[in-house]
Amino acid sequence: MGSQALQFLAAGLTSGSIYALVALGFSIVFLASRVINFAQGEFVMIGGMAASSLVSVGMPLAAAMAIAVAIAAAVGLVLEKLAIERASRADVTTLVIITIGASMLLRGIAQIVWGKGIRSLPPISGEQPIAIGGATILPQSLWVLGTTIAIVAALSWFFGRTRLGRAMLATAHNRLAAQLVGIDVKLVLFASFGLAAALGAVAGMLIAPIGFTSYDTGVMLGLKGFAAAILGGIGNFHGAIFGGLLLGLLESLGAGFVSSAYKDAIAFVVLLGVLFVRPDGILGALRSDRV
Amino acid sequence: MNFRLAAGKLVRAGAIAAAVALPVTSWSADEPLRVGAFLSVTGPAAFLGDPEQKTLEMLVERINATGGVAGRKLQLFVYDDAGDAEKARTFTKRLLEQDKVDFLVGGSTTGATMAAIPLAEQSGTPFISLAGAVGIVEPVRKWVFKTPHTDRMACERIFTDMRERKLTKLALISGTGGFDKSMRAECLKVVGKYGIEIVADESYGAADTDMTAQLTKIKATPGVQAVLNAGFGQGPAIVTRNYRQLGLTPALYQSHGVASKEFVRLSGDAAEGVRLPAPALLVAELLADNDPQKPVVVAYKRDYEARYKSEVSAFGGYAYDGLMLAVDALRRAGSADRARLRDALEGTRGYVGTSGVVNMSNTDHMGLDLSAFRILEVRGGNWVIIR
Repeated sequence: MGSQALQFLAAGLTSGSIYALVALGFSIVFLASRVINFAQGEFVMIGGMAASSLVSVGMPLAAAMAIAVAIAAAVGLVLEKLAIERASRADVTTLVIITIGASMLLRGIAQIVWGKGIRSLPPISGEQPIAIGGATILPQSLWVLGTTIAIVAALSWFFGRTRLGRAMLATAHNRLAAQLVGIDVKLVLFASFGLAAALGAVAGMLIAPIGFTSYDTGVMLGLKGFAAAILGGIGNFHGAIFGGLLLGLLESLGAGFVSSAYKDAIAFVVLLGVLFVRPDGILGALRSDRV
Repeated sequence: MNFRLAAGKLVRAGAIAAAVALPVTSWSADEPLRVGAFLSVTGPAAFLGDPEQKTLEMLVERINATGGVAGRKLQLFVYDDAGDAEKARTFTKRLLEQDKVDFLVGGSTTGATMAAIPLAEQSGTPFISLAGAVGIVEPVRKWVFKTPHTDRMACERIFTDMRERKLTKLALISGTGGFDKSMRAECLKVVGKYGIEIVADESYGAADTDMTAQLTKIKATPGVQAVLNAGFGQGPAIVTRNYRQLGLTPALYQSHGVASKEFVRLSGDAAEGVRLPAPALLVAELLADNDPQKPVVVAYKRDYEARYKSEVSAFGGYAYDGLMLAVDALRRAGSADRARLRDALEGTRGYVGTSGVVNMSNTDHMGLDLSAFRILEVRGGNWVIIR
């Protein structure tokens, strides 16, 4: 029983970390603009697909991953510049609908560029499973966990110590006040899309060796990440990480100990329950103090 | 007038073609035979309809180039229902009333087929469906036939293989997609006949990235001798990889839904020893030289791949069989009279197609038996035919 529980825990933490990274992307854009960016899942897809296609033409994995992140970030920045910024006077609902349209467009382009097939990415360090206390864990799972921890640390440094990071937090807290003290809120919004896209791409590249990638992987991962962000509290960085891990663990423990037929139902019932009791998510929405 | 056979043009020209369709009521021997097809060429089921359309176009061209059927050329009318049953019904109506086709081939999906069945039955038009569900030919309908084997046959083929290996305790793991659910349900229906006991029944979501939780439960279930994964898409490859990660040792069976090179490529080394049922077309070159299907599938595969520069699929094969069954029946009937064509279709014996050897009867409008499926095993990264 102990080794089984450990196996469920490992699976839950791995997918939970991916959900957390996607949820962070949702929160960053939400903080800067109050918009739920429904194209966040497509950044996950672009990361996985771009890295996979670069590796398949013979590029070393590390270089392919770096370029894939850059491609996703560039797509995020272009999306902001061409669609979001031009509609900056529109209300939030309109902007949300623009992101939904953008997600369809990106998915369509991916289908043309990369085709409809399923792609894989080689794992960062081998496929030989590691036995820990009766459970077997893939090295890639450790990479997922480690990278997530590293990213959380880097983000906390970015938002706490750098000018741009602090400007982003200030804008999130009070846009008008931030503008009055001379913060370029347009730049903040621009940067937030790039950062969210890069985070999504990292998530996509980390999960591709385990769960594969295709032009439509962004749909479900985006939805799970969104659920995680809401669960923890949208706009709250701790909430995004907490929500992601909780969702991942609920799924794997639910499948393992209760029934795999109700795996997704369990996760979403908990989500609904939380929203009834705490509509702002477990840790509360939009706490823009330092991470 | 000279109709172009290119279906894409026909779809666009559909309205015009329909408007100018000659008001002919009786055909002279020089008139072409009119073949009506409605396929899911675009949309979510495009992976079915696209190779089906290409196959029909290629065949019609080739048949016409070699003199047609009993001296009459074929004229193909293709419409794209985009996987929408309502559109399939509308296009079937148009094929019957405006294009006045002699018989129907099509219905890439079960939904599209079901929508067209009442129209074919009412008008008394032979209809050869390209969709999978058992319900299309069970109960037998007078005018409806189908070419693909059913999910139930795939289950039965796997169970016969298990019986020969003396494996009696089976764990099921299936996805939540339409194909996955249908196959699971069919397997549960027939499993009792083979003396096989289901000891675990797990499921996973269509976009899940990890199935170790479900497989860990199966691993902890006592006495499991084989695991069957009813699935489609990337799920089965993830199951296969997780299976090896957890060090499970029971025999692993996959379904015909992933009988492709893609599955082996995605699963990598983890696919070693995996068995699955597959139609002969996918292992054309591996068939024994005395296999009756070998010349048919090798030729079709060669022609298709040479012309379209893409890998042949079982779905295109269904369309091949659909049209060639009708051609075979037309030659025997000696006329395009619908009732005689229908009787000739029902009287099909020993037709060798891509899906198997077809023997129809008045109680069986599919005419395939379990020999249509070969059991394959992955060895050294390639398929090997076991039986």
